[in-house]
Amino acid sequence: MIKKIIAALLLVPALVFAAGDHVKLDQAPINAGDTASLQRGAKLFVNYCLNCHSANYMRYNRLVDIGLNEKEILENLVFSGGKVGDLMKNAMDPNEAKVWFGAPPPDLTVIARARASGDGSGADWLYTYLRTFYRDPARPTGWNNTTYPNVGMPHVLWELQGEQEMKADKVRADGYMAAVEKPVLAKPGKLSVLEYDSAVADLVNYMVYMGEPAAKNRKNIGLVVLAFLLGLIFLVYALKKEFWKDVH
Amino acid sequence: MAEQQPDKSRRCMLVAASTVAGGVAVGAAGVPFVASMLPSERAKAAGAPVEADISKLAPGERMTVEWRGKPVWIVRRTPEMLDSVRKNDDKVSDPASKKVMQPKYATNEMRSIKPEYLVLVGICTHLGCSPVEKFEAKAEAFAADWKGGFFCPCHGSLFDLAGRVYKNRPAPDNLIVPPHKYLSDGRILIGVDESEKGA
Amino acid sequence: MATTKKEPVIINGAGPLNAPLGGLLTWVDQRFPMMSLWKEHLSEYYAPKNFNFWYYFGSLAMVILVLQIVTGIFLTMHYKPSATEAFASVEYIMREVPGGWLIRYMHSTGASAFFIVVYLHMFRGLLYGSYRAPRELIWIFGMVIYLALMAEAFFGYLLPWGQMSYWGAQVIINLFDALPLIGPPLSEWIRGDFVVGDATLNRFFAFHVIAIPLALLGLVALHIGALHEVGSNNPDGVEIKEIKDANGHPVDGIPFHPYYTVKDSLGVAVFAAVFCLILFFAPEMGGYFLEYNNFIPADPLKTPPHIAPVWYFTPYYSILRAVTEDFMKWLALGVAAYAALVVFTSRGCLSKIIAVMVAPVLIFLMKGPSFTLFGIIFPIEPKVWGVVLMGVATLIFFLMPWLDKSPVKSIRYKGMLSRWALTIFVMVFLVLGYLGTLTVTDGRTLISQVCTIIYFAFFLLMPWYTQMEKTHPVPSRVTM
Repeated sequence: MIKKIIAALLLVPALVFAAGDHVKLDQAPINAGDTASLQRGAKLFVNYCLNCHSANYMRYNRLVDIGLNEKEILENLVFSGGKVGDLMKNAMDPNEAKVWFGAPPPDLTVIARARASGDGSGADWLYTYLRTFYRDPARPTGWNNTTYPNVGMPHVLWELQGEQEMKADKVRADGYMAAVEKPVLAKPGKLSVLEYDSAVADLVNYMVYMGEPAAKNRKNIGLVVLAFLLGLIFLVYALKKEFWKDVH
Repeated sequence: MAEQQPDKSRRCMLVAASTVAGGVAVGAAGVPFVASMLPSERAKAAGAPVEADISKLAPGERMTVEWRGKPVWIVRRTPEMLDSVRKNDDKVSDPASKKVMQPKYATNEMRSIKPEYLVLVGICTHLGCSPVEKFEAKAEAFAADWKGGFFCPCHGSLFDLAGRVYKNRPAPDNLIVPPHKYLSDGRILIGVDESEKGA
Repeated sequence: MATTKKEPVIINGAGPLNAPLGGLLTWVDQRFPMMSLWKEHLSEYYAPKNFNFWYYFGSLAMVILVLQIVTGIFLTMHYKPSATEAFASVEYIMREVPGGWLIRYMHSTGASAFFIVVYLHMFRGLLYGSYRAPRELIWIFGMVIYLALMAEAFFGYLLPWGQMSYWGAQVIINLFDALPLIGPPLSEWIRGDFVVGDATLNRFFAFHVIAIPLALLGLVALHIGALHEVGSNNPDGVEIKEIKDANGHPVDGIPFHPYYTVKDSLGVAVFAAVFCLILFFAPEMGGYFLEYNNFIPADPLKTPPHIAPVWYFTPYYSILRAVTEDFMKWLALGVAAYAALVVFTSRGCLSKIIAVMVAPVLIFLMKGPSFTLFGIIFPIEPKVWGVVLMGVATLIFFLMPWLDKSPVKSIRYKGMLSRWALTIFVMVFLVLGYLGTLTVTDGRTLISQVCTIIYFAFFLLMPWYTQMEKTHPVPSRVTM
């Protein structure tokens, strides 16, 4: 009887896992240690994203973290005559942007942290989002997105990916065939599918780095600290045992 | 269980070792706190070197740029202005720039890298006002035989066309020459020396 | 000038250092009750020798308090408490202040760690009857500390000015709005504006940085003062002061220093390791310690799809949401049943009178005829009852010393009913907590409602089940 009550109570949390609105996200194939990837991502970010979006909390000279020196940063990544110590601001007026896009383009500095959820990491969301744009004449920009329906952002990377369109497809789900619409490449772009995925991965890798530039440092220091503390625990345990010999 | 005498030396050693280890832990933990009070990236960026474009500066003219919140003057001296400096040694307190108010490369007759361009921090060494330019060599209320230079309106200090302070005036020292270097004939970078890396 | 004839201070094992250091301490001791404080609270404070795992959390709570204050001070050097600058200043700390990211993570991890430690500390109290006479005042001070801590966390959470900060504050302050008559002016007074804004942020900053920390420090001093006056309880619930040796010291007691200073140091070392594991490798803790939504700057015009309070408030949030229109009849029934229980089984006259007077009023307010008087809607709306029940759920802990009528203190010697009650209560608390992080569905609301009833039953039925059950004999000496 008692065991049954415990079992019942332990199962209660499971009931709580009712279906919510979950989106299936692809896993972003990123490697934080790959500086070449981060540099390619920085280039894509500065060239494609910074026109509309800002990264107001990120300084250009921080990019020495990813293996560039200040001269390289200034020459390749800083446009419109700024200094290498400047923040990645942009000139778009938020009120005008609201009129043009429906909402001002959000600042992207910590977007990779903000977009995390139960469905996946922020990187996963961004990686999926940037690959699921499709042509939609009903939208003002002519583009829509399956990960972020009715988004105000056009498909900035369309030249690289090409154009996707929604095509009906048959998919096996819940044990039987269901008709589902998926974005499918209709017109190829400058990059092949694999190349585009790789470029998006680079961009997402960069955005994850930009969200928390101290991450690598944090983990490295953590290893040293934890190793030290493990040693300290042993020492203090010996101390405790020694004194507590007195207590019976 | 028999009463054992506590092993005093072992206890002593363990207490000492734990105290030292604990001290190391606390000391290490203190590092980020102390470091957090150092100048931040924002402060460093605001204090970063400033580039001045001198290509359009005409002889006898002065331009001002801001560096670390202070005005920095660049004066393109004419041959007459340079001449007046040479003749002024007896009127100024520190004609040979003995007191270190300028980098080594500006410790010379003209207090500059190139005689033609004078670079000074435009703040009076008395109490911090910004002197006004009085480049014309003519009689002035503050000096009958004025040969050209700077006049500080707050308390009447005078500086010549090399930024040297006149005798018997409130200001004690010559005007400061900031660290700087020439990026090219037309561009000066203020705030960094030849020996340092610049942006 | 005559100085008191106190004994000079001798530091054991200091050897040659005794002259200068001992001399200095003697000078101080002649002018400040240093040695008497040392003896009374450390070297001659006798604590039971059978403290177990559950006894680490008091000292750990103090360590975390110090950590939060120190990290808080350094954060305040760079944080800007204005609606336009707050979010940016936090990112400034994370990216541009040397070591700033580490201090920020210590503070955010510390906040959640504080609640984990405090909940475990409170659980120890429930386990061993630490709230029983003569320790009621320690428990009361502790409960006030708990409330102050919740307020501190609530005020602090607005400061990063993210979406969750803003909307969480908006929702909770709007709860006060629900109170009849006084609600709207009260909320406006708390906010300093018609909606949560810059005025709110600045005052919450003042509360969080100085007002409540000062109060907390004072309350902790009172809490420990009250403890030392009576002496600590222990896992067996045995009063160690009842059996003393020839020196007047409890036979089952050991001096706090060096035995518990050393043992608590071990506790701190292990805690530090777990803390650093989270701090350096998972500071967001899956979005529970640093919520994902809070990386978006506050937008008064855009409500996030899912607002939830931080995890440590979620059990009470669940109770708040559980009180729906349908639930009111069960509440009224519960009040009637409880009043009947008191009237028919209580031994005291006073409790019967109170039950007979209060119950009808409550039922009238819950499920009575509907009308409006002086702008107040009757019966009182479910959303108001939600706020009331949430408040009562927090405050009912205060009554523990008077609800627990068991002849024994510790769960070790209580009967099956108490053990089941406590086990189920903990499970229910955890379930309510988890549900509080999720969105509302009919199924989840039903579970919350059942759990709410069980939650209150744990407390309200305690006088009965603690007296009904067969307890075990309590030993006269502690068991190791």
